[in-house]
Amino acid sequence: MNPSLSYLRKAVTVVGAWLLAILWISPLLFAFWAAFHNPEDAIHFDLTAPLTLGNFVEAWNQAPFPRYMLNTFLLVTGLLAAQMILATLAAYAFARFNFVGGGIAFSLILVQLMITPEILIVENYATIADLGLADSLTGIGLPYAASAFGIFLLRQTFKSVPRELDDAARMEGCGTLGILWRVYVPLAMPTYLAYGLVSISHHWNNFLWPLVVSNSVETRPLTVGLAIFGAPESGVDWSIVSAATLMSVAPLLIAFLLFQRQFIRSFMASGIK
Amino acid sequence: MSLFKSKKLLGLALGTTMALTAGAAAAKTTLTMYYPVAVGGPLTKIVDGIVADFEAKNPDIDVNAIYAGNYNDARIKALAALKSGKPAQLSVMFSIDIYDLIEQDAIVAFDDIVSTEEDRKWLKSFYPALMENGQTLGKTWGIPFQRSTIVMYYNKDAYRAAGLDPENPPTTWNALVDAGKKLTKKDGSQWGIMIPSTGYPYWMFGALTKQNGQVLMNSDGNETYFNNPKVVEALSFWKDLSVKHGVMPKGAIEWGTLRQNFLEGKTAMMWHSTGNLTTVKKKAKFDFGVAMLPGNPSRGTPTGGGNFYIFKKSSAEEKKAALKLIKFMTSADNAAKWSMETGYIGVSPAAYDTKKLQAYAKNFPPAAVARDQLKFATAELSTYQTGRVRKLLDDALQSVIAGGKAPADALGDAQTRAEKLLKPYK
Amino acid sequence: MNFMGNRHVIGWLLISPAAILLVTFTHYPAVTTFFSSLFSRGNPIRPSKFVGADQYLALLDDPVFWTVLENNLYYAIGTIPASIALAIAMALLVDRALAGTGFLRLAYFTPTILPMIAVANIWLFFYTPEIGLLDRLLNPIGIETPNWLGDPSTALLSLIFITIWKEAGFFMIFYLAALQAQSPELKEAAKLEGASAFTFFRRVTFPLLMPTTLFVLVNAVLNSFKLVDHIFILTKGGPDNASSLILYYIYETAFSFFDTPYASALTIILLLFLGILALIQFGVLERRIHYR
Repeated sequence: MNPSLSYLRKAVTVVGAWLLAILWISPLLFAFWAAFHNPEDAIHFDLTAPLTLGNFVEAWNQAPFPRYMLNTFLLVTGLLAAQMILATLAAYAFARFNFVGGGIAFSLILVQLMITPEILIVENYATIADLGLADSLTGIGLPYAASAFGIFLLRQTFKSVPRELDDAARMEGCGTLGILWRVYVPLAMPTYLAYGLVSISHHWNNFLWPLVVSNSVETRPLTVGLAIFGAPESGVDWSIVSAATLMSVAPLLIAFLLFQRQFIRSFMASGIK
Repeated sequence: MSLFKSKKLLGLALGTTMALTAGAAAAKTTLTMYYPVAVGGPLTKIVDGIVADFEAKNPDIDVNAIYAGNYNDARIKALAALKSGKPAQLSVMFSIDIYDLIEQDAIVAFDDIVSTEEDRKWLKSFYPALMENGQTLGKTWGIPFQRSTIVMYYNKDAYRAAGLDPENPPTTWNALVDAGKKLTKKDGSQWGIMIPSTGYPYWMFGALTKQNGQVLMNSDGNETYFNNPKVVEALSFWKDLSVKHGVMPKGAIEWGTLRQNFLEGKTAMMWHSTGNLTTVKKKAKFDFGVAMLPGNPSRGTPTGGGNFYIFKKSSAEEKKAALKLIKFMTSADNAAKWSMETGYIGVSPAAYDTKKLQAYAKNFPPAAVARDQLKFATAELSTYQTGRVRKLLDDALQSVIAGGKAPADALGDAQTRAEKLLKPYK
Repeated sequence: MNFMGNRHVIGWLLISPAAILLVTFTHYPAVTTFFSSLFSRGNPIRPSKFVGADQYLALLDDPVFWTVLENNLYYAIGTIPASIALAIAMALLVDRALAGTGFLRLAYFTPTILPMIAVANIWLFFYTPEIGLLDRLLNPIGIETPNWLGDPSTALLSLIFITIWKEAGFFMIFYLAALQAQSPELKEAAKLEGASAFTFFRRVTFPLLMPTTLFVLVNAVLNSFKLVDHIFILTKGGPDNASSLILYYIYETAFSFFDTPYASALTIILLLFLGILALIQFGVLERRIHYR
């Protein structure tokens, strides 16, 4: 191949990649720009406009963001813990116990890959209300606690664990759960990490179901809090909304910046590919 | 006056004695209320402030006021709370939710709660125009709180630049179009007028039809007049503003961003809720005015906004406390304060008699425009199955304004479907 | 205790917590939704009664239903292939050592971190006529812009673009992981044989990515039915339902109009779609994919 042509091709690729990147990050960049400028300056793109922290102060004062953040944090971590425990147990059964009805049960579970709780929002809300869990973090999390995706993923990983390790552990006197804990869980760590990332980013962003279930400041996650804070009906003020958005995504953004290599690596090692 | 004063003192004394005797043993009544916000500004802070005042004066009542989003959200949340374990006892909800709330058997009429002569007098102390949406079946179900009308905000600087008299904004449709043409700049940097067609299009339309001499529904909430020729004419006029006269941009105009457009000078006039007044006042960098909407020939606007409702599912004790809270929040002083801080209408004549509001309105005449306009006001579109009927009209309006459908066809369809929905309620 | 003899019991015990929850929130509501769709809308004054297929007949007569159905079809066609193609392109770009790969990776991934509901407000600014970013950028250079969200012909398109933006970066992660797991020797071999980059991609890389593509496809299809968050902020389904989708209409019907039975009938239609699509994906596609 002509070397100058390949050089040109490479240049085009680089430029294209950067253009795409700028397009993709532009909402975040704009949020930064707007959050640190007065509302009037923010929509004018006047580069000489003074910087301000006033939007953060105002957003912080207008809505209980720390509380929303705590709610989201509790929801996401509690849910992740529940998902992992339930999925681990079920995946272990499907991977290693050739039990009667297991095949059918597994296909029935996979139905949830397509029919997630928000699709059946009306009836699920009725169920949560009947259980007395409306307007509670438990109520927001419960329908997602058993995750078909998690079960599917862990089952794949568990199946690849050599049987000999099982036997060795049993020889040492481990029971069923002991083997799971000592042998399978450690070997599946990358899968847990990858699944954790998917679960966290999903539930951190989830809106429709929490909107329906939460009724008060004590249960509203960030998404719902942000939605009613920035509802366009009340006349959009982009600077304050941007400040609020930045405050709420900061933890996840920083976490990603710090751990992005580990995330990718865990994805490589897990079954998701 | 002295009698009143002594009565108040007596009450205070009685209250103190009772509080002393009952001591800390007295059970506190806890009230939960949801409320919506549909205009700009830190309204939640203002509500919280008034509620805190109330709690300070009534140590035996705790109020948990929850901001629930827009009107739709507030109703959904309040009704959802009724079905779940943590019901609300009262809420501010859309004034037009009344029929749905009655049909759901969710609310009680205030006539059935008030006991004293004074209370009955209080029920009659509000502007009658604001009571229209709160009354049906011969009873009062909603007490006006965050109530508004549509007013016309206009840019006086732009008026001057276009050679128009900033103190004489248009009073008729024809004058509006003429002014709009002078204000519209050819390069697209400034439009003559913007009337929002998202969010609450049926509300804006209610103004146009009233100005054209026709209301949208009957007072029993089971009949609509969408295909009335005057209603069709009103929609044609709205459409013509952009299509024929070119004084308004084509397509839907967003309710939420319209204020920014006005503040940025992109439109010389906008129709919007009076609830935006204080925010516009704070942010406008130009000389602006507020006028009543024009007429064709007579002026007109629907009232709008939220009423207090009391839920049936609460105990007698809670209902009493809820009534107390409502009376406090709609008292002349608080109504005046609320009106000054937001731009919403002070709900009773007494509010405009307070020194504060009188002084404020003298300094800032726009503050009284919405009130003055009440004499031309009509009820906001409200029927049984109100959500659906409203959506029918909203869709029809948008299909004409943004989609190019013929007004008569769109409204005819909406009327047919509305009649079908309302048939069981005749 | 004999391990083998108990495997049925232990198996069921292990799956029971997950199974109970799954049945409660997936299978049971699917069934009750169907029953609910056979009754009329009730209230304390007028109790609901059995009406058979009436709700479904009403659906057929409801122009909004047909509109949201059509919209959802466009939404799926508009978002699924584009976001998958972009995700693959992005993964290929950051897989090689380009200048600033770290930044590129972060840039592509940001939409995943930003909640749709929050970022919708920023998109609102981009799309807003006159004062918005797009108009500010395009109008001075002489490009006439439509009223993006206010014009029925562009409203859905504007939403589709946001969805692609949101999804591509998320899907990229999966492709990137798959690419990085592919053996470098394969590439070297291809290079020696003089295969062009495109041929190599088409003949080697892409087939190897098929399992990832199936996984991503399932997600993209599901999202095209359930990702409605931005509608709440941007258009509320308007103008005249031009940007409304099935799930948003279900929400409106159930929670704004209090019409549970009608919402249930809509949900059943949605379930039918998802069921058919699931059969196609798992039945037809999976057979074509060679797992390692």
